[in-house]
Amino acid sequence: MRAIDLAVVGAGPAGLVAAIEGAKRGCSTVVVDRNPKPGGQLIKQIHKFFGSREHQAGTRGVDIAQRLFREAQALGVTLMLGWDVYDIRPGRLEVVRTSFVELTSDRPAASLHGATKTESISSAKIVLATGAEENAIHFDGWTLPGVMGAGAAQTMINVWRVLPGNRVLMVGSGNVGLIVTYQLLQAGADVAAIVEAASKIGGYGVHAAKVRRAGVPILTTHTVVEARGDSRVTGAVVAQLDASWNPVPGSEKTFDVDTICVATGLRPNTRLASLAGCQLTNSSVLGGWVPIHNNQLETTVPGIYVAGDVSGIEEASTALEEGRLAGISAASSLGKSSACDEEEIRTIDERLRSLRGGPFCQPIQDAKQELVRIGESACPKE
Amino acid sequence: MRVVHHPILGDLPKSRKAKIQVDGKEIPAVAGEPIAAAMAAAGIRVHRYTADRKEPRGIFCAIGQCTDCVMTVNAVPNARTCITPVVDGMVVETQHGSGQGKLR
Repeated sequence: MRAIDLAVVGAGPAGLVAAIEGAKRGCSTVVVDRNPKPGGQLIKQIHKFFGSREHQAGTRGVDIAQRLFREAQALGVTLMLGWDVYDIRPGRLEVVRTSFVELTSDRPAASLHGATKTESISSAKIVLATGAEENAIHFDGWTLPGVMGAGAAQTMINVWRVLPGNRVLMVGSGNVGLIVTYQLLQAGADVAAIVEAASKIGGYGVHAAKVRRAGVPILTTHTVVEARGDSRVTGAVVAQLDASWNPVPGSEKTFDVDTICVATGLRPNTRLASLAGCQLTNSSVLGGWVPIHNNQLETTVPGIYVAGDVSGIEEASTALEEGRLAGISAASSLGKSSACDEEEIRTIDERLRSLRGGPFCQPIQDAKQELVRIGESACPKE
Repeated sequence: MRVVHHPILGDLPKSRKAKIQVDGKEIPAVAGEPIAAAMAAAGIRVHRYTADRKEPRGIFCAIGQCTDCVMTVNAVPNARTCITPVVDGMVVETQHGSGQGKLR
């Protein structure tokens, strides 16, 4: 059994930064992630980020991931990539290798029949940075091969450089739907249309303008009602919606597509938080069930912290700040603090406030404050 | 199809070629890429059939969360092909139901 100070679940922006801050303060630190590459969903973000310089504006997510990975490695953080957490208790993780291919070396080892490998990790503090998962919507044929999350398509084209299909219908016009549409075009696919159930485009105007300039129509008050095909998608039926969100009979149009991408939002991935016994609360603004936490990001289970999308769907920029805060909090609760922690925490709070400051984000700011308000009585005191 | 040229990412870097067998047919792959990527590049979309209604399933989340893309790999069922890296010579089979074969 490994015995360490800090275990982080999830090698995305929040997790890597939490590990970096912990390691900087002298914590022996392990990061566990089921995916073969570190960086979480940053590795498929090939567009430049918006915002201020402190938040890596102008940098592509994939480059931020590389930088964080190198920094974590340089600080001696152990990265267990290709490992899943299958059980969690306060102070303890049980992990299992996700595949029978060894990922620790440069070359995947040729052991094709390797046995299941498990390990126990005893860790004084745990940060859950488990991120989010894509929402699915249900329509006739939604389980056919060729219907997939927009994020799934994005992973295939940008990380693995493979087109999941040639002609795509995008469902949802939030930023994910708009950006993935553009990236599908960059990768050489056709996007027949974007359908949006609401009467307005969900994402930023600048992204919408880009896909429109590229010739992709955005059909508002329309949704997909059927995926056609026997063993794979061969077409998509789209219908107009009335004021009560019901399809208008006779408005159906069929698109000749082999792929339907669903970009209908994300929800926090709270499975491990729930398994650990963390108290959750439901917040539609934050994307669904989220673990209650105090202003140190500690949950109702002492020693278990959360950071990033698991505690409410936001951006990579907020995930980075939360990861930093969780790492500092966890380390300092072990007596491993640095002289400028107070100053740093103040800066993080300010940055989070400014990131959540716009009119678009005010409801998120309010929801996060509410979470902390509940957390201050429900979570352990310092 | 592989994305060979890309306006942001540039041309596809050189990679270590590998071959895997899918239902007895050899397909080209890149060592270390997920099995699911090699299959998508070869245009194979069905990864498994469900137990009761025998419905086809393929890639859905591509990051190891949903388990829709599981297949039998080297006689081991339920391998998540989106996070299982290719090793040259792997034998991959369409999975029917919960799969047959030895458990690890």
